[in-house]
Amino acid sequence: MTGASDGSNGGPAETVEFVSGTGIPVRGNDIDTDQIIPARFMKVVTFDGLGEFAFFDQRFTDDDEEREHPFNDERFQEANVLAVNANFGCGSSREHAPQALTRWGIDAVVGESFAEIFAGNCLALGIPTVTADHGTIVELQDWIDEHPDGEIEIDVEGETVSYGDRTVEVAVDDAQRKALVEGVWDTTALMRANTEAVRETARSLPYVPADHIPARADD
Amino acid sequence: MSEGTLYDKVWDRHAVTTLPTGQTQLFVGLHLIHEVTSPQAFGMLEERDMEVAYPRRTHATVDHIVPTADQSRPYRDDAAEVMMAELEENVRESGITFDHPETGNQGIVHVIGPEQGLTQPGMTIVCGDSHTSTHGAFGSLAFGIGTSQIRDVLATGCVAMEKKQVRKIEVTGELGEGVEAKDVILEIIRRLGTEGGVGYVYEYAGSAIDSLGMEGRMSICNMSIEGGARAGYVNPDETTYEWLRETDAFREKEERFEELLPYWESVKSDPDAEYDDVVRIDGGSLEPVVTWGTTPGQGVGITQPIPAPEEMTEEKAEVARRAQEHMRVTPGETMEGYEVDVVFLGSCTNARLPDLRRAARIVEGREVHPEVRAMVVPGSQRVQRAAEEEGLADVFREAGFDWRNAGCSMCLGMNEDQLEGDEACASSSNRNFVGRQGSKDGRTILMNPQMVAAAAIEGRVTDVRTLPEVARV
Repeated sequence: MTGASDGSNGGPAETVEFVSGTGIPVRGNDIDTDQIIPARFMKVVTFDGLGEFAFFDQRFTDDDEEREHPFNDERFQEANVLAVNANFGCGSSREHAPQALTRWGIDAVVGESFAEIFAGNCLALGIPTVTADHGTIVELQDWIDEHPDGEIEIDVEGETVSYGDRTVEVAVDDAQRKALVEGVWDTTALMRANTEAVRETARSLPYVPADHIPARADD
Repeated sequence: MSEGTLYDKVWDRHAVTTLPTGQTQLFVGLHLIHEVTSPQAFGMLEERDMEVAYPRRTHATVDHIVPTADQSRPYRDDAAEVMMAELEENVRESGITFDHPETGNQGIVHVIGPEQGLTQPGMTIVCGDSHTSTHGAFGSLAFGIGTSQIRDVLATGCVAMEKKQVRKIEVTGELGEGVEAKDVILEIIRRLGTEGGVGYVYEYAGSAIDSLGMEGRMSICNMSIEGGARAGYVNPDETTYEWLRETDAFREKEERFEELLPYWESVKSDPDAEYDDVVRIDGGSLEPVVTWGTTPGQGVGITQPIPAPEEMTEEKAEVARRAQEHMRVTPGETMEGYEVDVVFLGSCTNARLPDLRRAARIVEGREVHPEVRAMVVPGSQRVQRAAEEEGLADVFREAGFDWRNAGCSMCLGMNEDQLEGDEACASSSNRNFVGRQGSKDGRTILMNPQMVAAAAIEGRVTDVRTLPEVARV
């Protein structure tokens, strides 16, 4: 479970102070967003229904037969904490990647490192991306394998992950922590409060013609 | 932290305020949109009953799903037709200029912005596309964003961001024959790694960068993201200004050009600017680089041996082993002679006019290898027309290439242009991820356009420098 709303498009943000649930390990460095959601599943105009296509080409053969993959593993079907390795989410900026993961059921990702755009996209959906060193992550992944029903709790503010009888320190990017803990990750609402200041900035830029700047706030 | 760099200056000029999250609210000077990542954002806007705040600072094109052969409507692919229709409706309702294929200005978003002069120095430019870093070639601060951020930009004209560090990458010397901008960036990613740039913006400098044309600079900035850096840029100079003078924005508008020139000059990195990191690369020592694996960082000089996983760190070794199994390559051997089934000359990295010119020089008077399926997909309709007018299209067609219409095409396989089964593709694009070109067993070898042309003729990866027509960039 999580302190967040369901990661859908609308509504004001809620706080995400902690995420708890069971884990699912997806091992390997440089897992790119083409692997997380292949481009052919992006021929859609909404994000609905992307969940079933997460890691599709890793999960199924050309003949639609299941391959061995954590996302196919019966033991992990209820999991919501994804444990990954280095440079997870590299490549394309497609928000379809975290959208597919969250719609599959993922509420938080713990990893060695994340590609920037991916982490930003996760934040926009209220999904924490917390980091720890290689050894810590591998231990967590091994533990999940041995304890698929074991409870994991991510404390976003305290920057810890607890599982079994262990509590390990993790890092949460400052802005991300603040945004999630204070429930201010809906940046649209935040920035719309500053409409006049935006117009002032636009007016100060020589390349922005005056008639490209809206005459007054529409709200 | 860096000080006095173009990044610092452009950032400061566009900073609206600091948000409660500690992030900066940054004004967006140019918002480019396309059909794949924008429809959901328009949907979010509608849900919240909001309108596009800066429609005249927003510009649309269609590139990812557009067919490159039969473009008659409705598209044969129903899903593509739905996406196109959605974009048409969204731009119409919001009053956003759209480079529809019927206008003759359509093309890949990172080709059309620069060619029309939409992309200018000192701007902040965003697009729901990771290769937005391309526009940094003009001395703008340009980066890819996700769909929720597109919603932010549509609704507010701004994006919320944290400031990054700046790494200067100085490429010295002069590039040798057959060595291109593409090789420079593949070498940078090979050395610094696919995540070496995370947390950084790259400033490309040095004599090898200075002597590149704008297309070469774009190829380099384009692939910044493959090295983990969300943005990369080159300081504007006379080469930049020459390009701009020829664009729609400034052709016959000398006054406007002169008006903006002081701003462009003012955002250049100061001679005594401070950087968070500096990396130097000897451009003169480079040779054509090709990839042997399944990340853009897994590259090797064409005469150099493919590295053995045993010689790598534990973490890299595992990725390399899987990549070598997928690609069916053997450590110790070179990539030269690796057989290819498909040749793709296209993408936002390398489908501009000079790219096609250099490739055409290799192709001219030769024939595509009988076992090879070869296609050229120009980056935009303007590139396509120019190439047709100067006879390049005929050169490619006569050699046996398929000459297509503009779009992203086989770079990511979202339209009908895809690899089949385990085909190997010599590609001028930017990503060799497993499955990237439409088949999960497909094998992609990234290389520069001249090398792509040579592979088409020989049916195998070939050191273009061994052919007589090799061009100096």
